[in-house]
Amino acid sequence: MNKITAPVRVAILGNYAMQFMERCIQMTARRYRLSVESYVAEYGTTDMELLDPGAGLYTFQPSFVLWHESTLGLRDQFYALGNSERAFFAQAYVERCRGHLDRIARFLPSCKVIIPVHAVHLTDNIFGHFGNKLTISWQYQSTKVNYLLHELATVIDNLILVNGRPEEMLESLTDFPMTVNADLHYSLSYLDWVSDASISIIRSQQGKFHKCVILDLDNTLWGGIIGDDGIEGIQVGSLGIGKAFTRFQRWLKELVNRGIILAVCSKNDEDIAKMAFLHHPEMVLRLEDISVFMANWDSKADNIARIQQVLNIGFDAMVFLDDNPAERDIVRKHLPDVTVPELPEDPALYLPFMIAANLFETPSYSGTDHERTRQYQEESKRQQLAQSVTNMDDFLESLQMVAKISCFRQQEVERISQLTLRSNQFNLRTVRYSVAEVKQLIQDEGYETFSVELKDTYGNYGLISLVIIQLLGNGEASIDTWIMSCRVLKRTVEELLLNQVVERLRSRGISTLHGEYLPTAKNKLVKDLLPKLGFQASGENHYRLDISTHRFLQSKISIHGEDDQ
Amino acid sequence: MEKTINDLLPIFRDVLENDEIEVNEQSAAKDVPGWDSLNHIYIVVAIEKKFKVKFKSLQIQSWKCVGDILRDLNALG
Repeated sequence: MNKITAPVRVAILGNYAMQFMERCIQMTARRYRLSVESYVAEYGTTDMELLDPGAGLYTFQPSFVLWHESTLGLRDQFYALGNSERAFFAQAYVERCRGHLDRIARFLPSCKVIIPVHAVHLTDNIFGHFGNKLTISWQYQSTKVNYLLHELATVIDNLILVNGRPEEMLESLTDFPMTVNADLHYSLSYLDWVSDASISIIRSQQGKFHKCVILDLDNTLWGGIIGDDGIEGIQVGSLGIGKAFTRFQRWLKELVNRGIILAVCSKNDEDIAKMAFLHHPEMVLRLEDISVFMANWDSKADNIARIQQVLNIGFDAMVFLDDNPAERDIVRKHLPDVTVPELPEDPALYLPFMIAANLFETPSYSGTDHERTRQYQEESKRQQLAQSVTNMDDFLESLQMVAKISCFRQQEVERISQLTLRSNQFNLRTVRYSVAEVKQLIQDEGYETFSVELKDTYGNYGLISLVIIQLLGNGEASIDTWIMSCRVLKRTVEELLLNQVVERLRSRGISTLHGEYLPTAKNKLVKDLLPKLGFQASGENHYRLDISTHRFLQSKISIHGEDDQ
Repeated sequence: MEKTINDLLPIFRDVLENDEIEVNEQSAAKDVPGWDSLNHIYIVVAIEKKFKVKFKSLQIQSWKCVGDILRDLNALG
């Protein structure tokens, strides 16, 4: 019976510490009374091993290659790419796999390659569940990697895939006895999770989502205390547990690229705190990623209130991250609307905790979102100028503002939908429009639409205001929507825009424009907008404007020619 | 440790959202206001979660009264 068989030759390739995998393979083989001779390529040399016909891998002559690429490593590669390359990430990655598989087939004709498909770290929640609709998201591309690997396995002979998840992982998602007894096909805790996801999607569609992360520094963004340890002593990058903070910063940087604003709120001397951002070679976040920097010894609640003033967004749109439970409690107590996650003690858990919390659900994304940080920095320059000029008119003239006003255009639909979803303050009726609904509006002859782009000497604001007019027939029309970004308050955009609206409506034969203010908890700002612009009251919160007698309003903005429609 | 009706009572009150509810070992679903088939599942899952146990499908089907649940719960240790 005792037949002696030659050991099976197994080569192990991968991009993490593969010795663990080798030991596991050896122990498992022993359990099955299988003799295995193994070979492990040096960590991180996969491509070289596979490309070089003289490499140890080919000399070893394996009958099986276990090729395990870590998903975390894959995500790092993904993050290193620009948006335009990200859309093709999965395709390029799987092409690389195919190349290597072909090479193995050529040099080791009878060798089979075993690849476990990617199982963990498949979400990063940079876009929340909305990421599933975006080709540039990690969720989308990592899912596609798995799908393309499956496709590859159907056509490449030497490739065998390992299932994504161990069956035991099903346990938390299902409840088999209950499936039998109650036709309950999932565990109640999984239903909780799906409900949580769905409600956060619904809330974001209603305009309730986070726009800003306020960060503590010491032991939140890096390990150690910069005031005591000095710039060379803080743990980020290779020092101490710095890797945990680097990964966390990398993820925060992804949020910046997506359009989330970062602010700093730290008990530190400003100069010392800024040193790390300016001079530490391994910091991922840099000063230009931070929109507002508050490092002083005042209370954090006061500093967050100051940040709120500069950014002009609601406290409920802010997330505050601090490793110190006492500071978290103070902020929770004084600013109950700010979201304050209970960060775990171990910095290695910050990132998985924040990903699981999914605090950055979004109803939309437009490619220009990442410019927001720059825009807020430009805004603080403008505010400095405004302080040095005493006369408002002089200030506005010195900005040399130029606006372009046109009908809604196809290429703007994302941004327009986003403005209707995001704006709460300067929003006359708070009607929310999805991208599909904006597209319909463009087609609908019963509506006139206006979008405003603005720029000045300090930079480009982009599309900052819009008006939707519903035509009612009989020479009458009403304002369905009037929204403006609060970044351009008091720039006379309203006056300029109303002039344009009146002019176009007059040419369409409209004589009366009705307007209504629909109050919400947040839009008091526009309570008196219409009467201030010359509308006559016609009921509570109802107004009307006589188009024929309306006089042009003064504005400090010049009009860029209406070149395209 | 032997579980008693007093260990289950808070679960019934919590799931049925009624702090006045009383149950004893003889109580069956029809005796307890709000204990319908849907809430039954919630009660079972809550017991499993609290005592870190998992009942078998046949056990769940065989229960006629609270005493049966207690008996199976104690048998699981």
